[in-house]
Amino acid sequence: MLSRRNFLKYSLAGAAGLSLTKAVGAKTEEKKPVEVGKGGVRWAFLVDTYKCVGCGLCVKACKNENEVPYDENVTRTWVERYVVTKDGEVVADSPKGARDGFTTPKIDMGHGHEPRIIKPEEISKAFFVPKLCNQCENPPCVQVCPVGATYQTKEGIVLVDRTWCIGCGYCIMACPYGVRFFHPKYHTAEKCTFCIHRLHAGLKPACVEACPFGARRIGNLLDPSDPITRIVQDERVSVLKEEYGTKPQVYYIGLSKEVK
Amino acid sequence: MKNHVWRPLIVVIGIVILILAARVVYVPKDFGSYERGYMYSWHEKNNEDFWKNFKIKYKGKAYCKDCHEDKVTMIDKTPHRIIMCENCHGPAGDAEGVVHYDDKRPKLVIDRSRELCYRCHVKLPYPTSGRSEIKGFLDPEQHNPGIECVSCHNPHSPKLGGA
Repeated sequence: MLSRRNFLKYSLAGAAGLSLTKAVGAKTEEKKPVEVGKGGVRWAFLVDTYKCVGCGLCVKACKNENEVPYDENVTRTWVERYVVTKDGEVVADSPKGARDGFTTPKIDMGHGHEPRIIKPEEISKAFFVPKLCNQCENPPCVQVCPVGATYQTKEGIVLVDRTWCIGCGYCIMACPYGVRFFHPKYHTAEKCTFCIHRLHAGLKPACVEACPFGARRIGNLLDPSDPITRIVQDERVSVLKEEYGTKPQVYYIGLSKEVK
Repeated sequence: MKNHVWRPLIVVIGIVILILAARVVYVPKDFGSYERGYMYSWHEKNNEDFWKNFKIKYKGKAYCKDCHEDKVTMIDKTPHRIIMCENCHGPAGDAEGVVHYDDKRPKLVIDRSRELCYRCHVKLPYPTSGRSEIKGFLDPEQHNPGIECVSCHNPHSPKLGGA
């Protein structure tokens, strides 16, 4: 018969052994390079916030291209407006994800609040920030999926398998950028795919194509001659929430500390 | 060990074996960890094809030019050349993969609303944003309210009196 003492001893030893093999497994996984060089593909996005005018045509195009119900208040990409006053106050909004663009100086303060108008002479800086999935190198949304319904392809794009997703919502909670949502029709997790279907057909993502001002661009980081790669390497770019260690692959020009 | 320990144990082992057997049948053959390892690419491989075969809706300006070269040449002479046709004319393809020149597909629905123009041409005096450099109205409702912009301005040649 197993004594209580021995039972505790064995279970402790077993747990230690298990965690050890797990740690070793994780270590070897980290070392594996993502097809560096050899003509591989790693898609990355470049957003120039100086160029964005907040027309929202990218959001409209994305919803149409990716069959995201147009009148539901969910979207794979959106544009945020930031208005910083001379007193240092930051006011931001993104009505309907900017699907219809920013067509008024009235700033949406949320449900039940009066919209605000900030006089031009009180504004110290104001700008638009387009947002979309960062296709992180370390995607936390993928790690938390309990059923293997979300994964990263070798080109670095995080996808969701609608047939496997059980709708638990862990990934939606795990994403620090809030890019995931439930698809109103399929009731599964939904997110930006960098328009992988267009990329494979040799086209640019719908939002890139729709942007008249060149504020959104996409490139292959494993191609050293790609103009986007050169900008990411040689110029001053930043990413959102770097401190989370997710290694986001959407790079921004002209990001400001007010942007969350 | 006594019987009352063994019997439930056998039941538990039986359940585990059943679950493992069901797993072999239920989980597709192409389910596994791929390029990014178990942590990041534990999935069913053929789902990648679902996303790669998604239907393309926006065909791009070059596609429109094949038939509508006159319109494309006209707009290319104006500042509106940067706007792709389908932003106002609607996407050329639909979810079934039917494209604009097919007989099956009805004519494209053109957005002629004032609100479409407002997206860029409502003046927002925002320093450090490209928006402040676009010509526009601080209050567009002061300028011929109720009339569509396109009844006076040709979007393919937006200056008044343009062809």
